[in-house]
Amino acid sequence: MTWTPVCRYDDLLPERGVAALIGAGQVALFRTFDGSLYAIGNQDPFTGACVLSRGIVGTRGDVPTVASPLLKQVFDLRTGNCLDDETASVPVFAVRERAGQVEVSA
Amino acid sequence: MVGQRLVEAVRDRDGERRWRVTVLSEEPQRAYDRVNLSSYLDGATAEDLDLVPGGCYGADGYELHLAEAATAIDRTARTVTSSGGRIISYDALVLATGSSPFVPPIPGAGLPGCFTYRTLDDLDAIRAAAHRAAATTKGRRAGLVVGGGLLGLEAARALRLLGLSPHVVELAPRLMPLQVDEGGGALLRMMIEELNVTVRLGTSVAAIEPDGSRLLATLADGTELDLDIVVFAAGVRPRDQLAREAGLTVGQRGGIVVDDGCRTSDRDIYAVGECARIGGQVHGLVAPGYAMAEVLADRLTGGTASYTAADASTKLKLLGVDVASFGDALASAEGALEVTVNDPVTRSYSKLVVSGDAKTLLGGVLVGDASKYALLRPLVGRPLPGDPVTMIAPVGGDSASGQGAGALPGDAQVCSCYGVTKDAICGVISGQSLTDVAGIKSCTRAGTGCGSCLPALKTLLAQSGVAVSAALCEHFRQTRAELFELARAGRIATFTELIDRHGAGGRGCDICKPAVASILASLGRGHVLDGEQAALQDTNDHFLANIQRNGSYSVVPRVPGGEITPDKLIVLGEVARDFSLYTKITGGQRIDLLGARVEQLPAIWRRLVDAGFESGHAYGKAVRTVKSCVGSTWCRYGVQDSASLAVELELRYRGIRSPHKIKAGVSGCARECAEAQSKDIGVIAADNGWNLFVGGNGGFRPRHADLLLSGVDTPALIRAIDRFIMFYIRTADRLQRTATWFESLEGGLDYLRSVIVDDSLGIGAELDAAMARHVSAYQDEWAAVLADPAKLRRFVSFVNAPGTPDPSIAFVAERGQPRPADLPMPRPLAVTR
Repeated sequence: MTWTPVCRYDDLLPERGVAALIGAGQVALFRTFDGSLYAIGNQDPFTGACVLSRGIVGTRGDVPTVASPLLKQVFDLRTGNCLDDETASVPVFAVRERAGQVEVSA
Repeated sequence: MVGQRLVEAVRDRDGERRWRVTVLSEEPQRAYDRVNLSSYLDGATAEDLDLVPGGCYGADGYELHLAEAATAIDRTARTVTSSGGRIISYDALVLATGSSPFVPPIPGAGLPGCFTYRTLDDLDAIRAAAHRAAATTKGRRAGLVVGGGLLGLEAARALRLLGLSPHVVELAPRLMPLQVDEGGGALLRMMIEELNVTVRLGTSVAAIEPDGSRLLATLADGTELDLDIVVFAAGVRPRDQLAREAGLTVGQRGGIVVDDGCRTSDRDIYAVGECARIGGQVHGLVAPGYAMAEVLADRLTGGTASYTAADASTKLKLLGVDVASFGDALASAEGALEVTVNDPVTRSYSKLVVSGDAKTLLGGVLVGDASKYALLRPLVGRPLPGDPVTMIAPVGGDSASGQGAGALPGDAQVCSCYGVTKDAICGVISGQSLTDVAGIKSCTRAGTGCGSCLPALKTLLAQSGVAVSAALCEHFRQTRAELFELARAGRIATFTELIDRHGAGGRGCDICKPAVASILASLGRGHVLDGEQAALQDTNDHFLANIQRNGSYSVVPRVPGGEITPDKLIVLGEVARDFSLYTKITGGQRIDLLGARVEQLPAIWRRLVDAGFESGHAYGKAVRTVKSCVGSTWCRYGVQDSASLAVELELRYRGIRSPHKIKAGVSGCARECAEAQSKDIGVIAADNGWNLFVGGNGGFRPRHADLLLSGVDTPALIRAIDRFIMFYIRTADRLQRTATWFESLEGGLDYLRSVIVDDSLGIGAELDAAMARHVSAYQDEWAAVLADPAKLRRFVSFVNAPGTPDPSIAFVAERGQPRPADLPMPRPLAVTR
């Protein structure tokens, strides 16, 4: 597994996402209220736009989620599955914090 | 109205278009809503009152001829001759000639200044006379309404709207003698006299004489009244002249005699509405007329419907006073008992008429508070679900009315305008999985007529198991308005605080977070990107720009009132050129620059702020623009300086966060070039000050704004708008525009006016102070971001490559400008975790 350092953990706002460029691909990286990190594909499968990092983070039941900022479909941050349309999903990536640095495996 | 209803009913039923329909209308207007005639003097236009749906005439054999009366019927040749010389042959002829106002034989009744109250032309003439009186009469102008019935009280409202002090003279010992009993009449009189309408009962007008430019009326009791206008509203007479001349049978006291299929003594001629005598009776209300129209449409299309007992029930708001009367309101049935609850303190009178065994509801009268009408009226002739007193007792909560709705039998008519039963409504609620009243309206038309059954529709929705939850989302059980109050009263400054103290579990979502962010911003709790607030905002507020379909953003600087200097216009052009932005003029009189990437936004705004621009809040649920015309400074028709007022208003309210966007407009004269009546807040200049309209909307469901205030000066106008905005912000639901908020207000326009003008809730000073705080604390959001390196750092496409533009955003040229290139859609990807 190859880990790519992306940013410092403190660069991430709680309950907000950022986008990272990894190779030619885009990853949306989130830090939730409890300090957890999640990484999913940044491209919104419904519109093709690379915007999921800019969605609103939250919960649905116990599921940590992000809502697409374009048409508001909600995705499970753990699995990448769309909770509003079971035929849609986005890729998920491994993410970890090491010595204050956030790393993604993509 | 009834003729038009007949045409629509035939159209609905005659899908094969076997009938060709020709309508002759004596009036120059298409059918209009006479029931709400006085609203014509309250801001409504002739178009607002128009009842004819688009596409009703002009194609598939339906013709309408305006200002062309039927002058003769030739029953042998089966033709009708019109005033335009047309001769029209018929297979079936329907007379829907309505009625004409009855003018009592009083000396002087034909003098100039004396009017009837029936048509738009009548109202135009009354308005013109009122304006003339305003020019010639010093001091208070006065009008006399002859007749204290339903029509008379409507006419009194009209005179009041025209600035006259109305006197109402009624021969009977009470107002609305046909609908209201003595007790109800007494309360009605008290409430109406509180509105400075003078009521004189048990007397009549003996004579009217000219008195200089005014009129002098002498009453039978010797009273003399100085007047500018006299309006006769003393009842109507069926217009049966055409039928008489054609030899059709008419009643002794007028009215074309028809059977229960609306057929006259000639088998090919029918009559409907107020000109008809059906079951021995002539009706002066629209509901029986509509029922006749439905019966006849059914007969003409092969059905066998029959007209049954007329429902003469009415629920009205007369001069702001609720009055309802239903069934045997005057207890004329033998052995009937009356149960009365009369509370002059809360201004409410209720009477139920029940059968001798107190088990069956026969009728009733409600004055002051008619909220139980929708639930009581369908029970007429049926067993009462409870003790009659408890049905009308002023108990707390809505237990009595709730019980009433539940107890309705399935075949009871809930909407009498369109004859929709409880079963039909419950059927569509479950069959179509409806969750709101709007759905019921569109499926059944119930509630789209007079609207009096709307409370019953809500109850039926709630009882059908549809949980009409007012909760904001799964994280808050409260409504937005409740959260606003919790945050305001509890001095809550963060989302965490609010969800910890008042949340229902979980950490929020894309519904509650922006809603709470908006509440906190409305309460003046700091910049929208300060601290934790930044994480609540949707992407538009987060980047202070509007996201577009390809992930780029648009930039819309504020151009107050749509007024811009050439130098600033040049700056906008240069910025657009230098950043390759697509440029378009918006409907709100400003300029939209589209196609900016996130990391370009600070550089673009640096140039704009340096040139004196500030955020236009096009990205926010906030006050957007105040559109204006050039007004009296340039326009030869302008009566006031609309552009200056628009700039003042836009600068006053800029930046305020609200449940949804707020658009405003100011027009310098009644030509209304700024389209103010389609705005949340619309101001139109008049000779005597500003007229303020509220609750208008374009968009998804267009709505004309309602006139809240007229003829006010600028300080009074601004105070009213301050309060309107703040009251809306406090009480509206999330993403509820002022139009739907206004429509959801119990008590409607009168209630809103009482809150804003009369401060009936005692919150005026609070609302004023809240707006004052907003005005003094305003700062340009973009200037604040440019001055804050921590906030600026967020404006990057990639956290690990801040200088790199997003390669997925690309443009192609179209008509000399960029537009987004089509995006490659992603292929489904396997989960790689």
